[in-house]
Amino acid sequence: MRSEDARGIAEGGTRTAAGRARTVAGREQEMVPEAEFRSYYGRPVIKPPVWHEPNMPTYLYLGGMSGASSTMAVVARLTGHARLARTARIAAALGAATGVGLLATELGRPERFLNMLRVFKPTSPMSVGSWILATHGGLSAAAASSELTGILPRLGDAAALATGLTGPLTATYTAVLVADTAVPAWHEAYRELPLLFAGSALAAAGAVAMLGTPRADAGPARTVAALGAAMETISGAVMEHRLGFVGEPYREGRAGRFMRAARILTLGGGLLAPVAGRSRTLTALSGLALTAGSLCTRFGLLAAGRASAADPKYTVVPQRQRLDATS
Amino acid sequence: MAERMGFFTDSSVCIGCKACEVACKEWNQLPDDGFVFEATSYDNTGMLGASTWRHVAFIEQAHEVSVHGDDGVDRWLMSSDVCKHCTNAACLDVCPTGALFRTEFGTVVVQPDICNGCGYCVPACPFGVIDRREDDGRAWKCTMCYDRQRGGLEPACAKACPTDSIQFGPLDELRERAEDRLARLHADGHDEARLYGENPDDGVGGAGAFFLLLDEPEVYGLPPDPVATTRDLPAMWRWAGAAAVSLAGAVAVAFLGSRGRGSAS
Ligand code: SF4
Ligand code: SF4
Repeated sequence: MRSEDARGIAEGGTRTAAGRARTVAGREQEMVPEAEFRSYYGRPVIKPPVWHEPNMPTYLYLGGMSGASSTMAVVARLTGHARLARTARIAAALGAATGVGLLATELGRPERFLNMLRVFKPTSPMSVGSWILATHGGLSAAAASSELTGILPRLGDAAALATGLTGPLTATYTAVLVADTAVPAWHEAYRELPLLFAGSALAAAGAVAMLGTPRADAGPARTVAALGAAMETISGAVMEHRLGFVGEPYREGRAGRFMRAARILTLGGGLLAPVAGRSRTLTALSGLALTAGSLCTRFGLLAAGRASAADPKYTVVPQRQRLDATS
Repeated sequence: MAERMGFFTDSSVCIGCKACEVACKEWNQLPDDGFVFEATSYDNTGMLGASTWRHVAFIEQAHEVSVHGDDGVDRWLMSSDVCKHCTNAACLDVCPTGALFRTEFGTVVVQPDICNGCGYCVPACPFGVIDRREDDGRAWKCTMCYDRQRGGLEPACAKACPTDSIQFGPLDELRERAEDRLARLHADGHDEARLYGENPDDGVGGAGAFFLLLDEPEVYGLPPDPVATTRDLPAMWRWAGAAAVSLAGAVAVAFLGSRGRGSAS
């Protein structure tokens, strides 16, 4: 790869990027089977995300699971599904607490974790997200402790109700966080990523709730899981179709394997979910497949972002086309 | 705020001596970042990073260029890259701790005592400039010698540059000087000369450190049309808001018509 690139530069620094390219605005360009582009010895133009496996993608999963679980807990409570509400409340608190822990380990200076709340910066999705997560984590912890201990039930309920607001935000802000970067596979996907994350979060929360609730009480959790799986599958397909060439990293290599596994697991688990109430085995199969699917989506996302940053063609080709289109 | 200061890097007079790289390392006491033989050119530094705040690119081209009527000279491009100190700096926008800030000179600087190493600025920079130093855990990049500027001195790289390829000064003045230089080169028949980063209407609102290049920016490892993605933030939040509502809606739909066995009093 390196030597091929070096040869490319000796011949004028040109390498070809096969595939279809589209402009950022989403306007379809002419089919460009071989887009030529030049680079500095094939080196990346931008820096890859520094976040690691398994921490960062697992956090994305847990944050989503927690956010959707608390939403489910609120609605379950209001509609009289006490058993389901209880499971979802506890899952929401555990997810948020573990997620916060994982985030701290991702910092270069974990001892300065609290600097995250030093300021509130609307231009930084991570700042906004830290405040959302801190609020959500606190509220869901209060709701779950009251549920488990029976102390201050009114306050616990009020906290749980408030997570109905923080939950959906916790599950979706992360999409803005990754999309607000120079990584082409992330930024260009900013329309679909939030819906993909929301679907993945619903599938994950539905799965946990149906695994953790007696089957007779878990009916709505199975529906949540099935709806989430559908949302995740559809938005993922739309995203890859619209991105075209820039979406290549989601199809190739390690990221491609994760994304394909995610699709199969999510689709399989989602199709099973409506009938999973019939037996314990079906519940386990569906719940575990959906959990694995949601995790694979998050791991695939990080891998695709890294691949997208590592190859200069994803940065240079769309920018060059943008320039050529306007000049 | 004092006048906005900047760099004008005129690559047409760069001789690739790397005095800027060395001066920067010395003044800012930057650790080495590995000694790698890249086997591609005279450039063994590779790219800007946490411990490389000036980076000289070398591009040997087999084009035959005519210099003063002598044909047959291969073109050898050199250019010293640096943080662009963007007008709309994505790194600064996304930094959640406020460690990155805008100085009185209009430059963008990290405060090492505040940075918690979240790493968000790293993939946010459209030029791939800032990076996290893994042993230290924090993000680092060019400060345009903030300390020297406060003491009334010019940045170390500009001071050391023997050909004045790196010029430091008030940005407005530099822009004028660059226009003159470009006109001169064009008059001499160097049509390939162009300015990069000088336009306040570009995707980063114009760079505080801009360049005169002799080929397309991507040949030097620079993005041809960089954008600070925070520009799209309102749209991004709108899509996320819609997704959050869909999530809540899906949960509500799932519970529709199913009354629980529990107490629904
Ligand atoms: S070039 Fe990158 S690191 Fe420098 S100010 Fe602009 S966004 Fe920040
Ligand atoms: S790594 Fe440091 S400078 Fe960069 S965004 Fe995080 S806190 Fe700010």
